[in-house]
Amino acid sequence: MAAGRNDIRTYRGFGTVTYLCLFILYAPLIVVAVYSFNASRSITIWEGVSLAWYRDVFTGPESAKFKQAAINSFSIAAIAATLSTMIALSAATALVRGGRFGLRTLSFGLISLPLMVPEIVTAVATLIFFSAIGFTRGYLTILAAHIAFCIPFAYMPISARMQGIEESYEQAAMDLYATRGQAFRRVLLPMMMPGIVSGFLLAFIISLDDFIITNFVKGAGVETLPTAIFGAVKQGIRPNIMAISTMLLAVSILMVTISYFVSKSDDAR
Amino acid sequence: MQDNATYAVDIRSAVKRFGSFTALDRVSLSIRDNEFFTLLGPSGCGKTTLLRLIAGFEDVTEGEILLFGEEIETLPPHQRPVNTVFQNYALFPKMTVEENVMFGVEMRGARRSEARRRAGEMLELVRLERFAGRRPAQLSGGQQQRVALARALAPQPKVLLLDEPLSALDLKLRKAMQMELKSIQRETGITFIFVTHDQEEALTMSDRIAVMSEGRVQQMGEAREIYERPHNMFVADFIGDTNLLDVTVDRIEDGRAICHIGGGHVLTCDAVDGIGAGAQVHMSIRPERLVLSDEALGAESLAGTVVDNVFIGTDIQSMIQLENGPRFAVRTSNSDRGARRIFAPGAQAFVNAEPGAARLLID
Ligand SMILES: Nc1ncnc2c1ncn2[C@@H]1O[C@H](COP(=O)(O)OP(=O)(O)OP(=O)(O)O)[C@@H](O)[C@H]1O
Ligand SMILES: [Mg+2]
Repeated sequence: MAAGRNDIRTYRGFGTVTYLCLFILYAPLIVVAVYSFNASRSITIWEGVSLAWYRDVFTGPESAKFKQAAINSFSIAAIAATLSTMIALSAATALVRGGRFGLRTLSFGLISLPLMVPEIVTAVATLIFFSAIGFTRGYLTILAAHIAFCIPFAYMPISARMQGIEESYEQAAMDLYATRGQAFRRVLLPMMMPGIVSGFLLAFIISLDDFIITNFVKGAGVETLPTAIFGAVKQGIRPNIMAISTMLLAVSILMVTISYFVSKSDDAR
Repeated sequence: MQDNATYAVDIRSAVKRFGSFTALDRVSLSIRDNEFFTLLGPSGCGKTTLLRLIAGFEDVTEGEILLFGEEIETLPPHQRPVNTVFQNYALFPKMTVEENVMFGVEMRGARRSEARRRAGEMLELVRLERFAGRRPAQLSGGQQQRVALARALAPQPKVLLLDEPLSALDLKLRKAMQMELKSIQRETGITFIFVTHDQEEALTMSDRIAVMSEGRVQQMGEAREIYERPHNMFVADFIGDTNLLDVTVDRIEDGRAICHIGGGHVLTCDAVDGIGAGAQVHMSIRPERLVLSDEALGAESLAGTVVDNVFIGTDIQSMIQLENGPRFAVRTSNSDRGARRIFAPGAQAFVNAEPGAARLLID
C-alpha cells in the first residue's frame, strides 16, 4: 500500500517511539548474549571473544547444579506440554464440536480465565492447595502445577484451529461410512496438526520459562533452570548466568521458529 | 403404480424446524429406484436441509423417511447406504486425490489393495487418473468437483445425493458435466437426488423434478409436465419464461373456461377443478407457444402493436401490446425464420395461441 497522507509513519514522533520501544525490549537481550562470549570475569568490561563461560556452565563448579536443573526443566516442560496439549485437545473437541450445551460459554470462560488471573495469585492458591491436601512439595508438585497452568495456553491455538475447520469435513467422512472416532482420527486430527503443534510448543516454552509458580510449589533442593538462575543471581551475577540465559533464549527462538514454519507450511494445503 | 418397498427414498410429511423457523413443511416425496430425481428451487427453500435429513446429519421434527422401505430414523450417517457430493465438495485436504476416493471403500471394510483398484476405476470414470497423486488444493474447481463425485460413487451407494455440484463451473464445463453425470447415472443405475436452483439444468437432466419454495413442494412431475402444465403461479414463473395474465373467468362450457384477459379480449383454455365462473385468477402462456400473424387466424386472434424485438441467441422475442389490454412476449425460433415473419416495431400484428398453450393457475 502506498504511504498516504494518513500513513501512521508520517505522524510526528512515531519513529522515535518505535525505536525507543525496540531498544528497551531488545538491548538487554543483546547485551546478555554478547557478554556471554566475553573472556573477562567482569560483566561490564569487554576483553575479547571466548567460549569460557559456556565451558564453565558444563564443567565449572556449578555445573552439577545447573545440569540437574536443566534435566528437571526440560522433563517437566516435555511432560507438562504433552499432557496439557492432550487435555486441551479433548476440551476443544467437546467445546467446539460438542454442539450446544448449557454450560458451554461458562466452560470456555473457565478454561481461559487463568490467562487473566495474576500469576502470583495462582501461585499462592496452588501452594495453599498442595499444603491443604498434604502433598509433599518437590518434582511432582511442580509438574502438576505446570500441567494445570499450561492448559489454557495449549487450548488457545488448538481451539482457534478447530473453529476454522468446517464441520462438513467430518460429515463427509461419516457420510463415507467412518464412525465418529474414525472421522476424528483420519480427517480432523491431520487438519488440526498445526494447531496442536503450536499449542504444544507454546505450553513447552511457558513451562520452561515459568518462575513465579514454580518458585512457590517447588520443594527445597528441587530446582528448575529459572529458579536455579535466580538463586545464583542472588549471590552476584557471574557471566556463566549470561551463557545459560543465552542458551535458554536460543531454545525459545528455535521453538517459535518451528511453530512459525509449521503454521506457514500449512497455508499451502 | 409401484408398491412402497421399491421406492428408493420415501419421504412422508417430513417437517423440519430450526427453533421457531420451519425449514421444511410437510414434504412428501416418493423417489423411485434408478431414478434421476431433481430438487429445484430458489436459494433458501430447504433443498440442502432435505438432503441432510436423508443423509442423516439432521433429524426430522415430524414425519418419517424410508430408505428402500425401511425406517432410517435411528441409523447414524455412517450406516446409511447413501453418499453425498457436498455443496462445497469437502474433499479431505491432507489426503491425495486417490486417498480421498479410497476412503469410503476402506471404511466399508475393503482391503487397501481393493480400495486402490476401485479408486483407480472411479478416477478413470471421471477422467482424473493423471491426478491421483495430487492434493485437492492443487486441482481446479471443476476437477475437485469430479473428485468429489468419484469419492461418493466409489463405495457403490444405493442413493447418491448431489448438492448443487455444478454451480461453481463455467457454462461449457457445466454442460459437459451435465451430460457426464447423466450417463454415469444411467451406467451405474444408482438413484440420483440432484439439487439445483437452475431450472434449465433441472429440465435437461431429470427423470422427475420436485419444485420447491419456502420449505414446500410446489409441484412434482416429469420435466415436460412441469414445464407445460405448471400448477401454480410459483412454478409457472420459476420454470422458464412465461406470460402471466390477470384474467376473470366468464363461464365454463364443455370443460373449457372462457376468460376475459382485459381490454375486451377473450381467451379460452381448459377448465381446472376449483376455478369456476367469476373467479379472478392467473393464466400462463409460454412465449414460444404464441405465433404472430398479419391477419386474424381464428376467433381468438388478439390484435396488437409490436413494441420491440429482442435477439436472444436462438430466438427472437417480440413484445406485443394489445389495445387496452395486456402485453405479450412472443418467441420465434431463428430456425423458423423462413416460415415465420418478424414484424418491425410499430407494425400491427395478431397474437395466436397454440391449442393447449394457455393454462389457468390455481393460485
Ligand atoms: N442449522 C440451521 N439453523 C437454523 N436455520 C437453518 C439451519 N440450516 C438451514 N436453515 C435455514 O433453513 C432454510 C433452508 O436452508 P437450506 O440450506 O436447506 O437452503 P437451500 O435450499 O439449500 O439454499 P441454497 O440454494 O442457498 O443452498 C434457510 O432459510 C436457512 O436459513
Ligand atoms: Mg443448499
